[in-house]
Amino acid sequence: MSKEPVAVIGVGQTKHVAARRDVSIAGLVREAARQALDDAELSWADIDAVVIGKAPDFFEGVMMPELYLADALGAVGKPMLRVHTAGSVGGSTALVAANLVAARVHGTVLTLAFEKQSESNAMWGLSLPIPFQQPLLAGAGGFFAPHVRAYMRRSGAPDTVGSQVAYKDRRNALKNPYAHLHEHDITLEKVQASPMLWDPIRYSETCPSSDGACAMILTDRAGAARAPRPPAWMLGGAMRSEPTLFAGKDFVSPQAGKDCAADVYRQAGIADPRRDIDAVEMYVPFSWYEPMWLENLGFAAEGEGWKLTESGVTELDGDLPVNMSGGVLSTNPIGASGMIRFAEAALQVRGQAGEHQVDRARKVLGHAYGGGSQFFSMWLVGSEPPDA
Amino acid sequence: MTRDLPVRDIAVVAFAQTDHRRTSEELSEVEMLMPVLHRVLAQTGLKTADIGFTCSGSSDYLAGRAFSFTLALDGVGAWPPISESHVEMDGAWALYEAWTKLLTGDADTALVYSYGKSSPGPLRDVLTRQLDPYYVAPLWPDSVALAALQAQALVDAGDTDEPALAAVAARSRTDATLNSHAQLRGSVPQGEYVVRPLRTGDCPPIGDGAAAVILAAGERARELCDRPAWIRGIDHRIEAHGLGVRDLTDSPSTRLAAEKAGAFERPVDTAELHAPFTSQEVVLRKALKLDGGVRVNLSGGALAANPVMAAGLIRIGEAAARIHRGESDRALAHATSGPCLQQNLVAVLEGDPR
Repeated sequence: MSKEPVAVIGVGQTKHVAARRDVSIAGLVREAARQALDDAELSWADIDAVVIGKAPDFFEGVMMPELYLADALGAVGKPMLRVHTAGSVGGSTALVAANLVAARVHGTVLTLAFEKQSESNAMWGLSLPIPFQQPLLAGAGGFFAPHVRAYMRRSGAPDTVGSQVAYKDRRNALKNPYAHLHEHDITLEKVQASPMLWDPIRYSETCPSSDGACAMILTDRAGAARAPRPPAWMLGGAMRSEPTLFAGKDFVSPQAGKDCAADVYRQAGIADPRRDIDAVEMYVPFSWYEPMWLENLGFAAEGEGWKLTESGVTELDGDLPVNMSGGVLSTNPIGASGMIRFAEAALQVRGQAGEHQVDRARKVLGHAYGGGSQFFSMWLVGSEPPDA
Repeated sequence: MTRDLPVRDIAVVAFAQTDHRRTSEELSEVEMLMPVLHRVLAQTGLKTADIGFTCSGSSDYLAGRAFSFTLALDGVGAWPPISESHVEMDGAWALYEAWTKLLTGDADTALVYSYGKSSPGPLRDVLTRQLDPYYVAPLWPDSVALAALQAQALVDAGDTDEPALAAVAARSRTDATLNSHAQLRGSVPQGEYVVRPLRTGDCPPIGDGAAAVILAAGERARELCDRPAWIRGIDHRIEAHGLGVRDLTDSPSTRLAAEKAGAFERPVDTAELHAPFTSQEVVLRKALKLDGGVRVNLSGGALAANPVMAAGLIRIGEAAARIHRGESDRALAHATSGPCLQQNLVAVLEGDPR
């Protein structure tokens, strides 16, 4: 079986902010889609299908919003799919869209993910009582904090690593005009002095709640040949899931994450991720997940991820930059956060990342996860097509 | 017209569904789903670990909680970790995603499932939350009222009348007597008006249910099923959301999807249409150019059981099962989403020549 190579030829995102009161949900998604089309120098008529993703419908209070958004996204008369895989959805949505191209079902696809969290209250949306199940009424931080604590105990990491990640990502965000948080006066001391929310996670080590959308135009080899700017080529992509809660689950380094990364590396011919991959856009909603995912994704041996972070390897000018855009810690429209990782990876290999561009970024990983660390989606994009 | 046919033959090889019921409040979604998953796997002898790709369809709004699908994964038994995805749509679209995945060659088999429990809340009110959130949803126009607008437009256009609609209802529920999974069957009175011109009998029952399908590619399909239901084409299209800009007596998205799926290339002998309201069968028959020679909704269709989010996948499953049993050679299956048939999917299934 031969698959059609998939190229990213257009990327668009909104300026992410706490509340976009000037636009409706339709206005928000259209803004990102329009930008992606402009980047690809295409019009709505060039799009064969639309694949849209977001996290729970309860976040905006609109059931299956793709129905209402069909007009705003130029989808009338076209196929439109709506993906929902919890926090990993932005990545999964891009992969579903990529499959339409890879399977040669469609030539050019618009994929988009969004969240307009100001329309409702995400904490409430995540905390509805569930019959037959134990209550988890502490939001996402309450769920993840014990796993961070387990990582610290298991790896012996010094408790300064988390604040170091947050300080780095917030500084990177200053170079990204679309990032939500622009904390010009950020210092490591300020991060460390911020209130403890869910021990060991401090206020400044958590993601914000954002309104925003991200869009990409994916196309086949012929479409890429016509693109006005360099395409990013998909070299590998995969999704993996495991159950939320069971006795054998390793919450610190879930097997589904390891398997997902291994599948992507196999497709892309990556033998040693630490050597062969130039940079990573990683889903880090709480700062400690950087060292944790460095291990889960195979960039460091078990228990060693924090050493990469501590030694500055993951800084923007380090040997393996992580979250050049400022990451989820600086921008978190939940349903879009995964796609922003995927899109930022594409921008890097296209050389279009502006002030946060990494030199010689030839192969970059985009990573997303969701649920109780149970859903994973990743892609590796490169500046050269897969067979070259 | 000529179409580029898929580069890989993919078939529905197994189908299972629950007995659909008005309420299943003693069961969690996982408990409702698990027997169906077991049955569909048992038909093929496959285990979860043998499946190449899994995709599901459901909607959080029915359950009344965020991430309702995450725990359904426990029922699948996703360990070791599986390649899996989810659409917040009817399972027919999950099947479409799985079909594209199999076309890429990344997997040879796929498990597709979907479920919906309408019993936890007032479904007519819940579905209003699908509408434009700023201008329409605040008015709470419910699903029956919107369908009635469409029915009245059809009556006004001379496309149908109330006795014809009653005949659709009677035929569907008579056919459903042979469907042990159906919720409403046999002689059901047309009843009073719910919203004029629609009477109780013109509306679907509200119920809970789940369905699952297994897809397989090429030779794998022949190994798993004596007579696979080959997907000769599948396509879906969406229309504008605003009812005011649509001709409610027609369904151009259904017609286009059918055309792209190759439905008009040769006649079909069977059609399973996802028409929750009698009047919608009138619209779909016209869009799909189905004449009296086609057997429509022998399962009883959505008028006999309409578990939201599973009813579309069930249409594909019922059509495929008829091919499996040798009762059909070429069948059309249709699924819909959104108010007044806003979004429509058409699949064309064929059995090997006999």
